[in-house]
Amino acid sequence: MSQKYFQLSAEGINKSFDGFQAIRDLNFYLEEGELRTVIGPNGAGKTTFLDLITGRTRPDTGTIEFEGRHDLGSLSEHEIYRLGIGRKFQTPTVYTDHTVSENLLLSLAGNRGVLASLFFRLSSTQSDKIAEILNLINLAPHRDRKAGTLAHGQKQWLEIGMLLAQDAKLLLVDEPAAGMTDEETAKTGDLLLSLAGKHTIIVIEHDMVFVRQISTGRKVTVLHQGSVLCEGPVDSVQSDPKVIEVYLGRKHAR
Amino acid sequence: MKKRPRLELIVAGALAILLLVVMPALNAWAPEDSLFYVSNFTINVWGKYLAYGILAISVDLLWGYTGLLSLGQALFFSLGGYMIGMHLMLMIGKLGQYKSDLPDFLVFLGHWFLPSFWKPFSNFFFAALMVFLLPMILSSVFGYLAFRSRIKGVYFSILTQALTYGASLMFFRNDMLMGGNNGFTDFKFLLGADVRTAATQRVLYIFTGLALLAVYFGCRWLTRTKFGLVQRAIRDSETRVLFSGYSAANYKLFVFVVAAGIAALGGALYVPQVGIINPSEMTPDKSLEAVVWVAVGGRGTLFGPILGAVVINALKSWATRAIPDLWLILLGTLFLLVVLFLPQGLISIPARLREMLRRTKPAPTQAPAPQNPNIPAP
Repeated sequence: MSQKYFQLSAEGINKSFDGFQAIRDLNFYLEEGELRTVIGPNGAGKTTFLDLITGRTRPDTGTIEFEGRHDLGSLSEHEIYRLGIGRKFQTPTVYTDHTVSENLLLSLAGNRGVLASLFFRLSSTQSDKIAEILNLINLAPHRDRKAGTLAHGQKQWLEIGMLLAQDAKLLLVDEPAAGMTDEETAKTGDLLLSLAGKHTIIVIEHDMVFVRQISTGRKVTVLHQGSVLCEGPVDSVQSDPKVIEVYLGRKHAR
Repeated sequence: MKKRPRLELIVAGALAILLLVVMPALNAWAPEDSLFYVSNFTINVWGKYLAYGILAISVDLLWGYTGLLSLGQALFFSLGGYMIGMHLMLMIGKLGQYKSDLPDFLVFLGHWFLPSFWKPFSNFFFAALMVFLLPMILSSVFGYLAFRSRIKGVYFSILTQALTYGASLMFFRNDMLMGGNNGFTDFKFLLGADVRTAATQRVLYIFTGLALLAVYFGCRWLTRTKFGLVQRAIRDSETRVLFSGYSAANYKLFVFVVAAGIAALGGALYVPQVGIINPSEMTPDKSLEAVVWVAVGGRGTLFGPILGAVVINALKSWATRAIPDLWLILLGTLFLLVVLFLPQGLISIPARLREMLRRTKPAPTQAPAPQNPNIPAP
């Protein structure tokens, strides 16, 4: 029988920093096209988990497999990137001195070699793609502005656009709504929902209104002290007593 | 935004015509007592400035465009000079002090035969090839090791400085057979032309100018490709570049090697014009000086470094004669002033002035007040 195919599978992951166990026996499976929200209190290991997927740090034990055949633990950051895993950081990191469209151009999928960059010419499909992304992320009127001059929310969108430009199969999105206004947050949610299905997405988030917006009818994973506490639809997770205890503390939500 | 590059091209073109056509023509044909006469000395000095301009561009390509502050560019400049110097030494022939086929310093050291590594340098084309090959090989080995180990920022600067210092110590030794602390001098012929004549110096000057022009346009092209975008991205946020899937190390290595080649070209043109090359050219302070030219001229531009190299060296020529004791103090003060008040360098002065004018003018954008048609003229 054919085995079940996972876009990303992490099994038996442990990672400690100077004695602090950030990730403990973590198992995590993600299907293709899924939009998975990961929540958990501070220090639950959410960001470390993303660091492990992107090769920024290496697991002490355990394996992380992408598409069932690439062992991410043995690849370097840019090799992992080239497999189609893109990450949006918690604080927006765009190239501040480059224009919005140059930011997207730098992120376009394609040969990343030195020689290829010397003789690079923007094809019409590529410029169409940039235009399409600019519309999707609401930045078309700002294409020639330096990215450093954009508002905070716009930078976050630009960074999501950069992941789209690279044709990332798996998007890792770390707290996209942090520091956004309610309206920007809602727009960001719509953007992520429109991408689900075409891309596999992991969103790390604190803002429960936002989590409800993007995870209705989808699975939510709760991390606690470096391992999965529970997984399931957002409603059942939110009413799970274990979650309420660790995530919301003694105070009962609502 | 689009206007500035066009203006830059016009200025560059005008200067190129002035320096490459008008000045040599006046040197060759204007009568010596005429007001327009350009002396051999002037041509020679400007030849030196333009060679320094090439060195300055190589520093800026690394520092201004890629964020790599190399404090060892004078090493590659000197190596280029040494390679052409070896050829020039062999072209002296029997005209040296000792009337020997060997360069004087070898006779002095008691050698009877030309060391084997000197032999191919009697061929000009081999020497010209080595001008580029040796510095580029050295820079690729050094760069490969440094960038693979992710040596960045100030550590990279210190390492490049150590590299040039180490090399200068090596070249100071007589048993290197590269002329020791006296280096090479007393050149006579290059490609059959006597380098001591005004005519040959003029041709060398023109070639230096042409080389500078070629380097300028080459770098201009380079910095406008996607490579240039990546280069500046590395300068601004190297970690982000890695997460965009670019191997920053390869890009830095490429720039470092290209810059070494450019610096070497400058050195190879410099040596036949000044007539001497010795290890003091590769001491760390020479590289630091080149960094000051770039900072004063304006880093992150291509025209700024050339401007800085010419202005500072012109000032140096004057000050070391007029106020020799104060020259270093003057240079230091100038550097501080520019860093404090003109961080974009001399090149940013026109834009600054325009900005100030705009502010002093009483709101020029709304100046012609719209006439109200409802109010009849008195």
